[in-house]
Amino acid sequence: MFFFGKRNVLPGFRRTFGFTVLYLSLIVLIPLSGVVWNTLGMSWLDFWETVTSDRVIASFKVSFLCALVAAFLNLVFGFIVAWALERYSFWGKRFFDNLIDLPFALPTAVAGIALTALYAPNGWIGRFFEPFDIQIAYTQIGITIALMFIGLPFVVRTVQPIIQELDKEVEEAAVILGASRLRTFFRVIFPQLIPALLTGFALAFARGVGEYGSVVFISGNMPFKTEIAPLLIMTKLEQYDYAGATAIALVMLIISFAILLLINIIQAKSNKTSL
Amino acid sequence: MAGIVTKKAGSGGDLRPPHISEPKIVKWILIAISIIFLCSIVLLPLIIVLFESLKNGIGLYLESIVEPDAMSALLLTITVAVITVPLNSFFGICAAWAITKFQFRGKNFLISLIDVPFAVSPVISGLIFILLLGTNSALGAWFESYNIQIIFALPGIVLATMFVTFPFIARELIPLMQAQGIQEEEAAASLGASGWKIFWRVTFPNIKWGLLYGMILCNARAIGEFGAVSVVSGHIRGETNTLPLHVEILYNEYQFTAAFAVSSLLVFIALLTIIVKSFIEWKTHQQQSQMQEVDHHG
Repeated sequence: MFFFGKRNVLPGFRRTFGFTVLYLSLIVLIPLSGVVWNTLGMSWLDFWETVTSDRVIASFKVSFLCALVAAFLNLVFGFIVAWALERYSFWGKRFFDNLIDLPFALPTAVAGIALTALYAPNGWIGRFFEPFDIQIAYTQIGITIALMFIGLPFVVRTVQPIIQELDKEVEEAAVILGASRLRTFFRVIFPQLIPALLTGFALAFARGVGEYGSVVFISGNMPFKTEIAPLLIMTKLEQYDYAGATAIALVMLIISFAILLLINIIQAKSNKTSL
Repeated sequence: MAGIVTKKAGSGGDLRPPHISEPKIVKWILIAISIIFLCSIVLLPLIIVLFESLKNGIGLYLESIVEPDAMSALLLTITVAVITVPLNSFFGICAAWAITKFQFRGKNFLISLIDVPFAVSPVISGLIFILLLGTNSALGAWFESYNIQIIFALPGIVLATMFVTFPFIARELIPLMQAQGIQEEEAAASLGASGWKIFWRVTFPNIKWGLLYGMILCNARAIGEFGAVSVVSGHIRGETNTLPLHVEILYNEYQFTAAFAVSSLLVFIALLTIIVKSFIEWKTHQQQSQMQEVDHHG
């Protein structure tokens, strides 16, 4: 109907569109542009020296490495969980399905202290690793576990609906044509899930890089070892080094937007192929 | 063509011939991995909060919750949520109405802009308001000359929370209203209904569960936001401490029982959120199947 350029009879476009743009500008765009403005006030050399100083580089390394490992582990286990929840029936399935949303609903600070208590050397889980001299809390392993908690629902909730929509007849056809179940999985099922898996991975990774609340308690916050980039921004702010904090923030923002763009491209591509 | 094999084997996917599904042993291993993984990452953290908070008796638990600083943190947290959720809901409805009921250039770009706060680290979400409204900024200095404090006070906390929770409701409503199309509204408009009437009588009944869903998620995040609020709050006890910040302070002071007791309040809110969410999902699922039935008979 729209394609013929017919005038829309519904009222309220100007008012709702106007308010949308106004509110978006006031709450999101203007404040966010401040990061760019404030770094423009810095000289290029200052900016470069800040973001390439040893401590900042080390914190980026910790943040990205842990987020990458956590997103990858979530990809593997999140897929298994989504598959089990969609394809099998077992006792407590509905309970576990609802549990997946907990990281979305639980404040990150609570998750942080709970995971620390659990994985500390004398904690319920940490004590089993202590005899082997493996420390989980206050190391990069601990940071990774906190990021796994935060990122899990992103992977499961992106992949789950796609598994649900899979056409079972195609699998049956593959089997009838003589493929083993393993071959069917890798040649028929898995390719259909790749866009969703990639999206879930990217979402979990993006969230993990910026995460603060759940990590600060379990990380121990040792510079060069377990100090994440968001914490370094916090530290610089507390020392009133606004320029330094803003420079690190700008680098993180650029990276996050690049990831967001990547997700959009993946989704646009997979929409095209599915049509 | 559909479901030849399944139909021959009887109805229902579970009765498919065994060689089409994974071997039983694989199935049980995958279920076991899932349960162990979910328990150690999600379920045990939940249980340990309740365990640690009640470890030293119910008396100490209650004491930590009714203590004045905790109560004022609870009050502040509720205030922030009560301001944030309605404003973001109003925005979400406006944005969804403009985006889904009309055609205009740059629509996809606008949708991407609404999603931006999801990609921003919580700490940076706080930082931007310090840059904009802190005492070093022009705007902050202007407000200060009128003795209005924004940063390290309630307005700053509300702004940072609004930023972080900005996309939740719009994001829930846009796909929902897109799927519903505009025919019903057009019919109402051609029968002479006013804009408000169209919204309340035609659109709202269709989106009310989706709206509630978005509000619940927005509320949970508004209550639990830590990083952004931590940057702008200034951590003044009894004044600008929200519940999550209060938990942090107690924990850093080694008052573990009190920290977990206050945390348990937040755990209850989170569980309530999940229960309501699951109820709404059940409700919308029911509505959909009812509609499909009507379609079949009609």
